[in-house]
Amino acid sequence: MEHPLSRDVLRDPEAYQRLARDRETPRPVLLNSLRAFLVGGAISFFGQLVTDVYVHVFHFSPKEANNPTVATLIFFAVLFTGLGWYDRIGQWGGAGAIVPVTGFANTMASSALDYRSEGYVLGVGGNMFKVAGPVIVFGVVSAFVVALVRSLVELLVRGAVGG
Amino acid sequence: MLDVRQGRTWVFPQPPAIFATATVGGPREKEGPLGKVLDRAYEDPYVGEKTFERAERALLESAVAIALRKGSLAPENVDLFVGGDLLNQIVSTAYTARSLGVPYLGLYSACATSTGGLALAALLVASGAAATVLTGAVSHNLAAERQFRQPTEYGGQKPPTAQTTVTGAGVAVVRPSGLPVRIRAATVGRVMDMGITDPMNMGAAMAPAAVDTLRTHLADLGLSPTDYDLIVTGDLGEVGRRLLLDLMREAGLFFDPERVRDAGLMIYDRERQNVLTGGSGAASSAIVYYGYLVPEMADGRLRRVLLLATGALHSPLSVQQGESIPGIAHAVTLERE
Amino acid sequence: MIYLTAFLVGGLFSVLGQILLDVVRLTPAHTTVTLVVLGAVLAGLGLYEPLLQFAGAGASVPVSSFGYSLVRGALDEVERYGIVGVITGMFEITSAGISSAILFSFLAALVFRPREKE
Repeated sequence: MEHPLSRDVLRDPEAYQRLARDRETPRPVLLNSLRAFLVGGAISFFGQLVTDVYVHVFHFSPKEANNPTVATLIFFAVLFTGLGWYDRIGQWGGAGAIVPVTGFANTMASSALDYRSEGYVLGVGGNMFKVAGPVIVFGVVSAFVVALVRSLVELLVRGAVGG
Repeated sequence: MLDVRQGRTWVFPQPPAIFATATVGGPREKEGPLGKVLDRAYEDPYVGEKTFERAERALLESAVAIALRKGSLAPENVDLFVGGDLLNQIVSTAYTARSLGVPYLGLYSACATSTGGLALAALLVASGAAATVLTGAVSHNLAAERQFRQPTEYGGQKPPTAQTTVTGAGVAVVRPSGLPVRIRAATVGRVMDMGITDPMNMGAAMAPAAVDTLRTHLADLGLSPTDYDLIVTGDLGEVGRRLLLDLMREAGLFFDPERVRDAGLMIYDRERQNVLTGGSGAASSAIVYYGYLVPEMADGRLRRVLLLATGALHSPLSVQQGESIPGIAHAVTLERE
Repeated sequence: MIYLTAFLVGGLFSVLGQILLDVVRLTPAHTTVTLVVLGAVLAGLGLYEPLLQFAGAGASVPVSSFGYSLVRGALDEVERYGIVGVITGMFEITSAGISSAILFSFLAALVFRPREKE
C-alpha cells in the first residue's frame, strides 16, 4: 500500500481518508468489550434478582414475573436517567448500557427530558420516540416477517404431513 | 478605492485594532487551564435560564455587555454586529442582536465563526464602512448536543475521536485604533471536503481546510510558520492536530510543532477533564483567541500570532443522508504594534 | 446457577453489541436494531426459548428479547385466530415494557431536567 504522504494528499480524497484512519486514536475494543460485559452482565444479574423477588416474595409464577420485572428495570433506568447517572454509565459501559432493555428506557426518558422545553404535547409527546423509534419499527417489521414465514412454513408442513 | 488584495488575502495598509475583548464560560471551562482568563465563569450550565438555548443567548449577551463596559462604549456606539453560533438559524446571536439594537449580520462558519467575523470586522473598519464593529461567537455544549447529536441524558458511548463542545462566548470590538494589537491580514477560507463522513471525528474533516487556508495565507503574505510566535487552530483536537502536522510537513512547510497549538486543546486539560479529543464549538476559538491570546499580545508577551479557526459545515440531516463533512478555516494574522 | 448464566449471557449480548459498535462501526441505533432483528430471527427458529430457560434474565433483559416477545405474541395469536394473528398479536407480551417506558418517561419529564455531564 502506498504511503499516504507520498503524494499531495489534498488532491486525493482516498489517500487522505487512509491517512485519517491511520491517525485516529484507536478505540480500545478489548477494554470496551470487557466493560460492556460487566455492565450488561450486572444489569441482567439484577434483572434475575428482581424476577426472583416477584416469584418468591410476591408469589408470581416465573412466566407472570416477566412483565413486572421489565417494568421494574425500566423504572430504575428512567430514574437513573433523570438523576443524570445513566449517561455516565453509558460512556463507561458502552454497549453494556445500550443493549439491555434499560437502554431502551434511557432513550425514551432522555428524549422526554430534553424536549420539555418545547412543551408537553409537542415537545415531550412529539419527541419521546425519537431515538427509540427504530427499535420498535424494526422489531415489529422483522417480527412480522419472521412470524409470517414461520406460520406459512408450519401451514405447509401440516398440509403436507397431515394430508 | 481601498486596495487590500494580495492573492486571496486581505492585507490592511492601516491595520485596524482590537479595541476591547470579553470572554465568558461555563463550569467545565472554569475548571480548565484558562479558567482564570474568563471575564465571567458560570457554575450553572443553565446560566439561571429555563433552557439551554436561552443560556446560550445569555452567555453571548453577557460577553457583549462586558466588552462594551471594558471599552466604555454604549450599544449606540456600535456600527455593526457580526457574529454567529451553532444553533439552527443562529438564533442565539439573533436574539442578542435584538437586545443590542444595532445593525446585525449573522454569520455561520460553524466553529470558524470567530475568525470569519474578525476578518469581516477588520475589512469593514479598514474600508471606512464602519468605525466600531462588534464581532464574536457563542456555543453551548448541551444545546449543541441536542441539535446535532443525541438527547443530553442519553447513555450512548462516544469514541475517543469525538470532541466536547465548549460552553461560552468570546467577543471583540474592532476599531481603527485601540489596544496595541493590530489585525494585519485576513484570509477567508474556501470549503474543503475530503470525504470524511464521521461526525464523531470532525478533526479529520477540518484539517484539510486548515492547511489549505494556512498555505494560502502564508504564501500571500510571504511569511513562513517560523515568523509567528504561535499558530493556533480553533478546534482540531488531538486527532485533527496530528493530521494538520502531517499535512503541513507534506506541504513542505518548515515549523516548530511546539508553536502550532489548538484552542480546543488549550481550553481543557485532557488529562484531568473528560473531554475526549478536545474542545470544539464556536466558542472554543473565540474564548482562547479573545480571552488569552489578545491579552498576551497586549501585554507584550507575544508579537505575531496566526488565528486559524476551523469549522465543520455539516448539518444533522446531511450526516444522516450520508453526505460527507465539508470543512472551512479562516485565518487572521495579529501583530503587536 | 441461573445467576451465573444470567450474568454471562447478558454480558455476552453486550459484548456482541460492543463489537457491532467498535469493530463493525454501527451507530447505537443500528446496533440495537440488529439485536432486535436477531432476537426475532432466533425466536422464529425456536432457539430463543431454550436460551431463556438456560440464562433467564440473561436472555430476557437484552433488547433482543423484544424481538422474541413480538414474534411470540404474533405466533400465539396465530394459534388462536389464524394468520391474521401475525399482525394483531405482536404487542401482547411487550405491552408491559412499552407502557411502562412511556409512563415513567413522561413522569420523569415532569420531575427532572437535563443536566451537565461531568
